[in-house]
Amino acid sequence: MHSLAVKLILQRIAISLLTLLFVSVAVFLITGLLPSDLAEDLLGQAVTPEAAAALRETLGLDGSPLQRYVSWMTGFLQGDLGMSLVSQRPIADLIRERLPNSVTLAAITMALTIPFALSLGILAAVYRGSWFDRAASAMAVLLISIPEFVIATVTVIIFAVWLRWLPALSFSPDADSIWEVLRAYAMPVGVLVLSSCSQMIRLSRAAVIDTLKTSYIENATLKGARRWRLVFRHALPNAVAPIVNSIALSMSSLLGGVIIIETIFNYPGLAKLMVDAVTSRDMPLIQTCAMLFTGFYLILITAADIIAILSNPRLTDR
Amino acid sequence: MTAPLVQIDDLHIAAETDSGRSFGIINGVSITVAPGEIEALIGESGSGKTTIALGLLGHFRTGCHFVSGRMVVNGKDMARLSEAERAALRGRSVSYVAQSAAAAFNPSLRIIDQVIEIALIHHTLDRAAARARAVELFRDLGLPSPETIGDRYPHQVSGGQLQRLAAAMAVIGDPMLVIFDEPTTALDVTTQIGVLRAFKRLMRDKGMTGIYVSHDLAVVAQIADRITVLKNGEVQEQGTTAEILTNAQHPYTRDLLAAFAPRPRARPAAVAPQEQTIVLEGRNILSGYGKGKGFIPAVRDVSFRLPRGASLGVIGESGCGKSTLARTLAGLLPASDGQVILSGAPLPAEARARSKEELRRLQIVFQLADTALNPATQIGDILGRPLTFFHGMRGRKRADRVAELLDMVRLPRDFAQRYPTELSGGQKQRVNFARALAAEPEVILCDEITSALDTVVAAAVLDLLAELQRELGLSYLFISHDISTVRAFCDEVMVMYAGEAVDRFAPAQMDAPERHPYTRLLVSSLPQLDPGWLDSLPEVLERGV
Repeated sequence: MHSLAVKLILQRIAISLLTLLFVSVAVFLITGLLPSDLAEDLLGQAVTPEAAAALRETLGLDGSPLQRYVSWMTGFLQGDLGMSLVSQRPIADLIRERLPNSVTLAAITMALTIPFALSLGILAAVYRGSWFDRAASAMAVLLISIPEFVIATVTVIIFAVWLRWLPALSFSPDADSIWEVLRAYAMPVGVLVLSSCSQMIRLSRAAVIDTLKTSYIENATLKGARRWRLVFRHALPNAVAPIVNSIALSMSSLLGGVIIIETIFNYPGLAKLMVDAVTSRDMPLIQTCAMLFTGFYLILITAADIIAILSNPRLTDR
Repeated sequence: MTAPLVQIDDLHIAAETDSGRSFGIINGVSITVAPGEIEALIGESGSGKTTIALGLLGHFRTGCHFVSGRMVVNGKDMARLSEAERAALRGRSVSYVAQSAAAAFNPSLRIIDQVIEIALIHHTLDRAAARARAVELFRDLGLPSPETIGDRYPHQVSGGQLQRLAAAMAVIGDPMLVIFDEPTTALDVTTQIGVLRAFKRLMRDKGMTGIYVSHDLAVVAQIADRITVLKNGEVQEQGTTAEILTNAQHPYTRDLLAAFAPRPRARPAAVAPQEQTIVLEGRNILSGYGKGKGFIPAVRDVSFRLPRGASLGVIGESGCGKSTLARTLAGLLPASDGQVILSGAPLPAEARARSKEELRRLQIVFQLADTALNPATQIGDILGRPLTFFHGMRGRKRADRVAELLDMVRLPRDFAQRYPTELSGGQKQRVNFARALAAEPEVILCDEITSALDTVVAAAVLDLLAELQRELGLSYLFISHDISTVRAFCDEVMVMYAGEAVDRFAPAQMDAPERHPYTRLLVSSLPQLDPGWLDSLPEVLERGV
């Protein structure tokens, strides 16, 4: 591989790490702005100024914000995520319980969305201007304009309340048959696929259309290449960068969707954990969750950038 | 007499405007090409030559459609076949070499995979045999390291090499007819010679029939047996190459021949050197790209003096640093060393550090008016903005001045309400120039401003420049790769090679024996109307391209 590509990739990774650091400061400052005081909340009726101060000390809530940030960050870097202030359990344990659930949800969604959205986008580009293209584009615009919580609520009303086909609360850990699991996942996954596919359909369609307009596609046509050869051999390799970026963007918007979906369907994932932590002012837990979400986001974006760099022979092959 | 391989009869092709109006772009063209002959289609942009060429492959670009007539290639009427039947013939019966090989090659596939693709699509050869055949063609076309050059990507070979590779790509399926669409237009003159030679040899050795599309009579004279002159989608004149060159009947053909050798413009009697005031001077300019150790100089130690009211021509091939020189003088790329002196006062290296007055006096006009003019802005605003910026003009006064500027560049006043996309290439370049005039500059840096224009249009723009120079006392630094233009237009010529000024002379002295060898190479590379010119050149002119 060429040193320019290596340099560009290292740059991307360095930028991601910097971003993560910046976000950690922002998250820390913003959680500090949340109103009310955890120590006073915990003590409830029994609060006295002395008791509150003592509790703050035990919880590590005293000291300047800078001190608290540094001690949190050092712990974080050493893998010590700290204790949840509310449940008094190690945050690492809480995450370990919830993370697999969220990853399962996101993985199933990605596995369905990517092939679905890419084939729709590519087909729409190839048959540009046809009824199929118009229908796919219209659907994408429609889906992009409806917020997830509306789609989620409407599907709950239709499938859980009226038709009673699916459970409204989607996770029953004791679901033992495959059928039950499928029923449990159907609605959250369906809503997530619908809400995250539109961007990808639109961007992949645009990317393929752009490449199909180039002179080298015309030249390949004049060599006798037929439609599918043009698309798969000549157009797609040049559309990899924008397409991978569209996947990364959609998947990162999926992270936002997960928060809403887990809340609505009461799905015990990471996002639900974070929302509950906000409700109960559990600062270390909020911070850790925010860092995890940011981390996922950055991994997606950086991976897309790296794939784009690797797919360009001008950067990798000199 | 053998049956013709190509027979175009009363061909009509129409295009549709955005508003849905249909108008003819090919209006009743008939051309016949016998097997083994090379027919040239000559004309300016918009003459329909590329439309006809693509039509022979059964391909009509978006917005164009076949109306009537016949386009028979080897007994098959390409216009009346289904898409599948056309695809089956493309690359085998007829193949195509595009104008810009750089654009015709897919940037993300290896060259060899693209060169042998025709053989694979049509199953004429298996992969190994096709590869062997390609290597053989690379060797025939004089490409360096024929065994391995195919394993590179398009960006890893030079423009001249890519154009030869495009020819190999077109002939790998042993087509009966090869269509060359301006295949050397984008190349430097010195590169063009080698490519032309390689093409000519290939066509002759294989006895192929060819259609050679070009705007350049001199290039065509070297390679074609017969010439068809086109204008506005109609045939103006047809004949053998010798007939057209020596005995042209049609006035348009004569115009083309005349435009080939521009007359030196009449100049006022030369001012004695001691009376000349130097308006722009460059002293030992060094500039380039990159920083520190990675610095790559593009202009090295270039000095020049431009007298008031005079034109200094800067010529050289692509990559010689001539455009970098213009950008450095304009302050867009600050000089790393050396001085730019305007009317005796040194200018700051960076445009940002220059005063408004300094900026006003030195203006630059770029090659591509298409990219230099904001497509979302009316011409009136494009010209009005420098008027407000430099002269504080607003309202009525500004509108009046815009009208005056349009008068100056010979455009109708109502163009102020138009958008750049509604103008032709020549009109856009006039607007581009008027924008520089709006500042009321003393010096205008003209960076290849006529290179993208047709010969006749370019000649009109040059006349305009000369006239404005006389009236306003403007000085031009005129950058071009076209020696004949520079020779006709400028008072002094500076030749650049690899970032250095290697030669300078008065236009009349261009052929003098004391010229630098590179100047001599440039001059002798310029195609001549004489059909024997290419074959008479010594082989040594060819450099590794």
